[in-house]
Amino acid sequence: MESADLAAVWLTLKLATVVTLLLLVIGTPIAWWLARTRSAFKGVIGAIVALPLVLPPTVIGFYMLVVMGPNGPVGQFTQSLGLGLLPFTFPGLVIASVFYSLPFVVQPIQNAFEAIGDRPLEVAATLRASPWDTFWSVAVPLAKPGFLSGAILGFAHTIGEFGIVLMIGGNIPDKTRVVSVQIYDHVEALEYTQAHWLSGGMVLFSFLVLLGLYTFNPARRKAL
Amino acid sequence: MNSEIRAKFRVDRSDFQLDVDLTLPGRGVTALFGHSGSGKTTCLRAMAGLERAREGYFSIGDEVWQDESKGHFVPPHQRALGVVFQEASLFPHLSVRGNMEFGQKRASTAAMCFELPEVAELLGIGHLLERNPTQLSGGERQRVAIARALLAAPKILLMDEPLAALDLKRKLEILPYLERLHRELAIPIIYVSHSPDEVARLADHLVLLDEGKVVASGPLKDVLSRIDLPAAFADDAGVVIEAEIVAHEADDLTRLEFSGGSIFVSRRQEPVGTWRRCRIHARDVSLALVPQTQSSILNCVSAMVVDLAPTNTPGHVLVKLDVAGEPLLARITRRSAERLNIRPGLALRAQIKAVALLA
Repeated sequence: MESADLAAVWLTLKLATVVTLLLLVIGTPIAWWLARTRSAFKGVIGAIVALPLVLPPTVIGFYMLVVMGPNGPVGQFTQSLGLGLLPFTFPGLVIASVFYSLPFVVQPIQNAFEAIGDRPLEVAATLRASPWDTFWSVAVPLAKPGFLSGAILGFAHTIGEFGIVLMIGGNIPDKTRVVSVQIYDHVEALEYTQAHWLSGGMVLFSFLVLLGLYTFNPARRKAL
Repeated sequence: MNSEIRAKFRVDRSDFQLDVDLTLPGRGVTALFGHSGSGKTTCLRAMAGLERAREGYFSIGDEVWQDESKGHFVPPHQRALGVVFQEASLFPHLSVRGNMEFGQKRASTAAMCFELPEVAELLGIGHLLERNPTQLSGGERQRVAIARALLAAPKILLMDEPLAALDLKRKLEILPYLERLHRELAIPIIYVSHSPDEVARLADHLVLLDEGKVVASGPLKDVLSRIDLPAAFADDAGVVIEAEIVAHEADDLTRLEFSGGSIFVSRRQEPVGTWRRCRIHARDVSLALVPQTQSSILNCVSAMVVDLAPTNTPGHVLVKLDVAGEPLLARITRRSAERLNIRPGLALRAQIKAVALLA
């Protein structure tokens, strides 16, 4: 494997790791809110979170480009902070990926929170645990399988994205050129051997991730 | 110290109304009894603060946990209470010990009245501490849940049909522990149940609820011997007496003594000198004007008629009797009542066909 390929693999893993960690931080409160709320906005927020599931990545990428571009609100904001523009940078790619992979992390965690039900939380309250305490000492441990699924799916999905990367990240070596883009480049240049190495690696990786997910994710223990 | 409990709640839902105003003793077991939908669980949840009644007042002793007229509401996790739910609801990610320590760690140490080994011993779960909740039987789980609640240093223990989810064998396994709690705990227990036997066995004070309203509230014996209760409770009418086992006789009968006289039951295992609660159903008591020597019914006591009231069983009346100060109820046909001219003040014999020892 040549160094450009290794750089792409490294960049991809870095992107997926950063995005997964950010998604756990951002997705958990969203999942908790969606699981517990009786608000009328639940449907709206749930639908927005799920949008990336159905939209073509190019659509999301296009709007991200517009919003983060020189005339977009986010673009003007980052410029006023002296940070420059986000498109075609690694941070820009991270932000786009976070949005794109959000439902893959939020939904398993939300389902796990919903499966807990009210009772364990009520029991915790009657045992002097504040809501914050209950969240960490009861809800999170009981939702562990959901966190595991969410993290794996978010990581794998980020690694597999292509369209949004092309739209928002471009194809800059060491900055935004991830594996999927590198494969595209190889194929365009008719470098099928290199494309095989990377593609085969992706197939194997994805298979192992899903195998792990289906094999080791234990059936959720029921509250007793 | 005044430890009286004041509970006043109004809940207005489209399908259900609760409107109770109770003053309960700060000691012993108070049973909230009623049929499903009577509001007993809602009432308990309101006491725990798990449900906030828009109009509500709840205090125990000098501590006011809710006073909506002042907008005062202490959330459940800041109330020194213990709750035992119908299902044990143990945390599956923690061991038995972890479950028991959950509330203990968070309770104020100053109020701590128990140590873990002590409570484990009280409930007979000392050998289970390192197990996982999934490895316990239903009865064991419920005992762990009770221990967990006690270790959180509660000032009041709320139990929501703790035996309802268990089969008869498990119920019988747990009841002695509940009786032990009753004897050894200084804190009041509010016990929600729809089982007349559990109530008769455990309660000191009885609150009858029907369709969200309090029908009766008072000492167990007083409430059970009322004959003016709504039809919903009349079917199970019957009293509870405390009797002492005084002799095991040669013909396999055990003699019990209460203030009104002797009663005989099938031979019991308990040693002489044991006190037991007995339940006598109104439908198992018949009346005779003169002592019956020609009858097969062994248990006969002298009684005085206090009052009569109609029941929901067609053609029947409930008769309230006084047996040397102990109340007794009899359900007889109206025809018999008229034929024998049963009226308040009449002295007669009450024949008791069956006595249920509650243990």
